[in-house]
Amino acid sequence: MKVINNKILHGLNTLGPVLGLVGVYFLFVLIAPPSFSTLRNIDLIARHTAVVGTAALGMTLVIISGGIDLSVGSLVALGVVAVAWLLQEAGLGPIAAGLGGVAIGALFGWINGVLITKLRVVPFIVTLGMMLVVRGAAKGIAKEQKIDVDPDRLSWLSDFLAMLSPEQSWMLVPPGVWLMGILALLVAGMLRYTRFGRHIFAIGSNEDTARLCGVAVDRVKIMIYTLIGAFAGLAGLMQFSRLTVGDPTTAMALELDVIAAVVIGGGSLSGGEGSVLGTLAGAFIMTVISSGCEQMGLHNWVQQIVTGSIIVVAVALDRLRHRKTA
Amino acid sequence: MAPGVAQAAEAPLLEMEGVSKRFGATVALAGVSFSVRAGEVHGLVGENGAGKSTLMKALSGALQPDSGRMRLGDAVYAPRNPLDARRAGVAMIYQELSLANHLTVEENILLGMEPHRGGFIRRREVRERAVEALSHFEHPEIRPDIQVGRLSVAAKQLVEIARALAVGCRMLVLDEPTSSLAQQDVERLFALIAVLKKQGKAIVYISHFIEEVKRVADRVTILRDGKVAGQSATDAISPAEIVAFMVGREVEDLYPRSHRQAGEVVLEITELSGMEKPRSVSLQLRRGEVLGIAGLVGAGRTELLRALFGLDAIRSGSVRLGVYSGAAGPRHRWQQGAGLVSENRKEEGLAMTMSVADNMTLSRLRGFGPCNMVMPRRQHRATRRWIAELGIHCRGPGQRVSELSGGNQQKVAIGRLLQHGVDVLLLDEPTRGIDVAAKATIYRLIDELASGEKGTGNGGKAILMVSSYLPELLGICDRVAVMCRGRLGPARPVMEINETQLMLEATGQERV
Repeated sequence: MKVINNKILHGLNTLGPVLGLVGVYFLFVLIAPPSFSTLRNIDLIARHTAVVGTAALGMTLVIISGGIDLSVGSLVALGVVAVAWLLQEAGLGPIAAGLGGVAIGALFGWINGVLITKLRVVPFIVTLGMMLVVRGAAKGIAKEQKIDVDPDRLSWLSDFLAMLSPEQSWMLVPPGVWLMGILALLVAGMLRYTRFGRHIFAIGSNEDTARLCGVAVDRVKIMIYTLIGAFAGLAGLMQFSRLTVGDPTTAMALELDVIAAVVIGGGSLSGGEGSVLGTLAGAFIMTVISSGCEQMGLHNWVQQIVTGSIIVVAVALDRLRHRKTA
Repeated sequence: MAPGVAQAAEAPLLEMEGVSKRFGATVALAGVSFSVRAGEVHGLVGENGAGKSTLMKALSGALQPDSGRMRLGDAVYAPRNPLDARRAGVAMIYQELSLANHLTVEENILLGMEPHRGGFIRRREVRERAVEALSHFEHPEIRPDIQVGRLSVAAKQLVEIARALAVGCRMLVLDEPTSSLAQQDVERLFALIAVLKKQGKAIVYISHFIEEVKRVADRVTILRDGKVAGQSATDAISPAEIVAFMVGREVEDLYPRSHRQAGEVVLEITELSGMEKPRSVSLQLRRGEVLGIAGLVGAGRTELLRALFGLDAIRSGSVRLGVYSGAAGPRHRWQQGAGLVSENRKEEGLAMTMSVADNMTLSRLRGFGPCNMVMPRRQHRATRRWIAELGIHCRGPGQRVSELSGGNQQKVAIGRLLQHGVDVLLLDEPTRGIDVAAKATIYRLIDELASGEKGTGNGGKAILMVSSYLPELLGICDRVAVMCRGRLGPARPVMEINETQLMLEATGQERV
């Protein structure tokens, strides 16, 4: 009997953020105008979540391993600028430019990882510094301006995260959202079913134990930061497809939204805990709140207060549940 | 009523009567009665889970009993929280020390009750009171202005006791005070306890070490399954009787010794030196043999194991493990067939928030699925085998190790080596902080591994074991070597040595 109870409780634990998302959504269905519950709005919510959600996939890995990455916001901006520059100045095609954006993100992520493991400086400090370095680099590439891209060079990139045209409606949501979903499945499977995934959890749970057990701690960490860099670069590509200009000042403080998504989703900043499903639910919860508030005609400042409160409440609930199950 | 030593000696200072506590369906305490007089040391023993810690939590106000009465001195004693208890004069000295490492000794001693005027700390008074509290011990090395983080474990413990004395406590509860102390520090602690006793403090002494309780306590209470299983003056009861009360049956033979066949040399260390310790250590370990390393804490025993396992840097010397020679990191040591059980189970040995299965398979996540995949079901199946063979009490492979008792956690840590299938086991304090029954299981396991009755592969394993507990080294090992100040003496068969001799060598009084 007790075992069954525990299983149910455990199930609730992992599903908690998802239930929270469903709850928040239906709350707004009840109190917001009918325009909130339209399919069109769901599509809008999904498209708005894609950037934060994609970056948050990488952040989930980082936070499970007990680290933090404050440079994601800047890396997204760098991705945006890099894609624009590659399209406009280097004259590359959309695929090559997109891959270039992801690669440059991965490169800076790799540098983060190397600095953290080889210099033995805590991730908070390394990525805090990198946040400024990368933002500066993005501004430098764009020469303190926005890089305008000729519309004919954009090709399919402008549709990547745009509303679907009627003849594309069979896709339900735009390709960018699909990509986020597929990557989420891959990351979730990787965390649960591969050695790399178990090693990430082990490092976050107890780094000394991982080292004692022969886990190549440094190598795994460098890999994790490289991955979050790549995810941030991809998020930059998505952001670019929404903006269609290379704006180096975009995604300011985005890292905080990304961290919030992971934390609302049950990730623990002390490491060892977190899930992809939770993270996505966390990212969606934040968009649903801002969308709902918008539809109700509430000002931006109300949205911010509500979102801030949700973060604290979500983590407080999480701690409470920990005490219950411990 | 004039408070006097004579009067205090008769009436108990603390009296507990019929104290009960249940958690859900589990009865943790079932009507326990217990008393301590001023100027008395009362030993409290029992296996893990017998109710010792629940009893102490009730005493310290960390939890409230469901029923029963407690009296302290002339008043009803019902602390709502630990601060309450401390104000009433009851202080706990826990196994895990609770000092702020970055503060100085005096700041720690007066933490939370700093004398101040308008919020400004009166430094001179702090110093005076700290010096006064420290004057009870003869430890000039503990200066009031030194940072606590720089002190040894033994010195930290004294600071903690000084803190209790500075509050003016009447009763001290020591929970496993010697578990991380070397022999000489244990002696100094016992001397201190004698002084406190003379000052009329009541002391509750909780320990797994029955010999210690015999030595230091006037009376002993044995708990089993939340009840008082026995209570006696310490002089009137033998260690064997105490153990019998603890486990509820006779322990036939704590240290089994099957036929062991010493085989080829599988580990050979030649003049190995670390950054500070060890210093030029050589030894040979054969298959089918248990080699013990005795010595004081800080002698460099842990450092020796860490250096040869690649966790600490090696300065010179060589290590040959099976057919491999040369330095290597932990990852390669595992691949070469060696495994280490850390002395520090909570901080290094186990990932506490992970499951039994994850912990047991962490060093070798292979063979649990196609192409480097780890299928939890296969991982659990492999783990179940060791749960059964080692008798680990848990709900299943998926349970978090933090929820297990110390003894079962230790079995998980050793189980990792068996699951990995290592030939050379490096065990650092494998029985620290676990109860007698779990110790007996681990002794039996070590014996079975050495004689080749258990474990994967054929033939006996080679076991290198560090311990501060001499009876267990003499009981379980084939040969024992003593480490002192980073140097290792020759390994000699246990038949040729005794405890006194090991102690003399460990304290550096006798060079061999």
